[in-house]
Amino acid sequence: MGAAVATPWTARARRFEENVATREPAWVKGVLITIALAFFGLFLLLPLMTVFAEAFRKGWQVYFAALVEPDALSAIALTLLVAAIAVPLNLVFGVAAAWAIAKFDFRGKQLLTTLIDLPFSVSPVIAGLMFVLLFGMQGWFGPWLMAHDVKIIFAVPGLVLATIFVTFPFVARELIPLMEAQGREEEEAAIVLGASGWQTFWRVTLPNVKWGLLYGVILCNARAMGEFGAVSVVSGHIRGRTNTLPLQVEILYNEYNFAAAFAVASLLALLALLTLVIKSLVEWRGRQPLNAGEESQGVPA
Amino acid sequence: MSIRVQNIIKQFGSFVALDDVTLDFPTGKLVGLLGPSGCGKTTLLRIIAGLESADRGQVFLDGADASNAHVRERQVGFVFQHYALFRHMTVFDNVAFGLRVKPRGQRPAESVIHSRVRELLDLVQLSALARRYPTQLSGGQRQRIALARALAVEPRVLLLDEPFGALDAKVRKELRRWLRKLHDVLHITSIFVTHDQEEALEVSDRVVLMNHGRVEQVGAPQEVYEQPASPFVYSFLGAVNLFHGRIQDHHLHVSEGRLPVGHNGFQPGAEALGFVRPHELDIETDPAATAGIAARVERVLAFGPTLTNGQRVRLKPARIRLFAPESQPAGSLIGMDGDGI
Repeated sequence: MGAAVATPWTARARRFEENVATREPAWVKGVLITIALAFFGLFLLLPLMTVFAEAFRKGWQVYFAALVEPDALSAIALTLLVAAIAVPLNLVFGVAAAWAIAKFDFRGKQLLTTLIDLPFSVSPVIAGLMFVLLFGMQGWFGPWLMAHDVKIIFAVPGLVLATIFVTFPFVARELIPLMEAQGREEEEAAIVLGASGWQTFWRVTLPNVKWGLLYGVILCNARAMGEFGAVSVVSGHIRGRTNTLPLQVEILYNEYNFAAAFAVASLLALLALLTLVIKSLVEWRGRQPLNAGEESQGVPA
Repeated sequence: MSIRVQNIIKQFGSFVALDDVTLDFPTGKLVGLLGPSGCGKTTLLRIIAGLESADRGQVFLDGADASNAHVRERQVGFVFQHYALFRHMTVFDNVAFGLRVKPRGQRPAESVIHSRVRELLDLVQLSALARRYPTQLSGGQRQRIALARALAVEPRVLLLDEPFGALDAKVRKELRRWLRKLHDVLHITSIFVTHDQEEALEVSDRVVLMNHGRVEQVGAPQEVYEQPASPFVYSFLGAVNLFHGRIQDHHLHVSEGRLPVGHNGFQPGAEALGFVRPHELDIETDPAATAGIAARVERVLAFGPTLTNGQRVRLKPARIRLFAPESQPAGSLIGMDGDGI
């Protein structure tokens, strides 16, 4: 949203800042910046550095040993597997939901829009419990699943279900405002020009939202890999079988194996940092065409 | 290709957008659909294109019933008010789009597409901008690209929905002249929606006047301007003076005098509305005159020194057209119009 106006806005902010008539006293600026930096350092930077400091406290060997340990490796593999299933599914769902909400009018549209946000407002632990109540041994479908020898709770399908539920809104939330703002005209133009519905989607709709879509997928992926609460309830914490990275961190920590716990935690921290870098790249890339437009405004007709 | 719409009815909720509209659009002509906003003109255009479906009635393209044909099959070119260019594509790719999405069997080779797009960009005089993105163009340039894009697929008809509505006045005037010239070269059957009467009269071969979902009048620009068929058309097209009065002895009696109206179909004593164009009004400055309507000059705009504020004059129409007041749509009554005085 703000991306398009970022450049002129910062220029205006600088003029406002440099203008004697509108400038605040230097000490106000100093105090505000100090508070912001101190807060940032204390609550964000320090904990992040602690993760890495603790991880490497006993040296490189211990760090790597903790990562290549079979349970850790299986946790990494499981985390990647869960994300690899949950993210594409939510990608498809998110695009479909955003499309339906932004481009069509139907009964219950408002309800659907509200429901999409449900996973954000429900505590992840409750989300996990819901699945236990549905698919657990004492749950609604438990006996039937038992009879057919299908394991969902305390198994990989349960982890995937819980993760899908929790990361459900990211893509749709990102796309709905974008698609609503763009309206239907370009698609109408494409259809009049003879494009099929499929061609219109791939050549017009999708390219128009691709940066927003990528942004939503990145956030969705970060949450899918980092999710703890919901996954913890349905996992059963079976080592080497149903432990994802966040769960593995908790287990190691509870066993006072701090070096290993922080070593695994550092992987998640790295993932978070990587996500931020990609996110910034996407944001920067996403506003390129708009900037290009700004440069050459005022071209005569 | 000719277009015929027959008994088209379209409602949005309780709002009647089109109320039994039947129209013929002759082959090769540029027809202007003119009317105030909400009169149904854009809805009619979208129904012809297939972007909207009529509740009742039929659309015939080239004599064949196309009412149920998909937009894709109708082979129409559509130009949107807000351009609707594909913002992530270059100008070149925008124009090439319609050719590239053709089914494999009908799709021209890429080299053919290239030369066709070049041709079209030459036609709209924007060859130099082929590699720009839509955001890098001015409004006028965007609309010319949108037109080139619509023409690329060689549509059977061209539909333009307020194509210059989003442009500033100067560009709008230039572009409509350009559009007229372009049409004289291409001779493609075109329908042009506008709420700007000047635009419609200048560009069109024929003008269709619409109001409240109905057709008020169809005719050549000069014809609808000089012989408006209804009070609505009279007041919508150009400035007009309205005199409300009663018919008596071949005169229209208005409160401050009487105007000769010759023979007419009105009963003596019937109420009537008289319409007079500003240029048809003579101003009699001789205080001894008795003919015409007595009036007083309220304010003199820059029309020379012949009149002064407060001066008493008489208005003598050279030509007056009468309508019965029943046919006067509510809200369109206008009083003395100072334009020509």
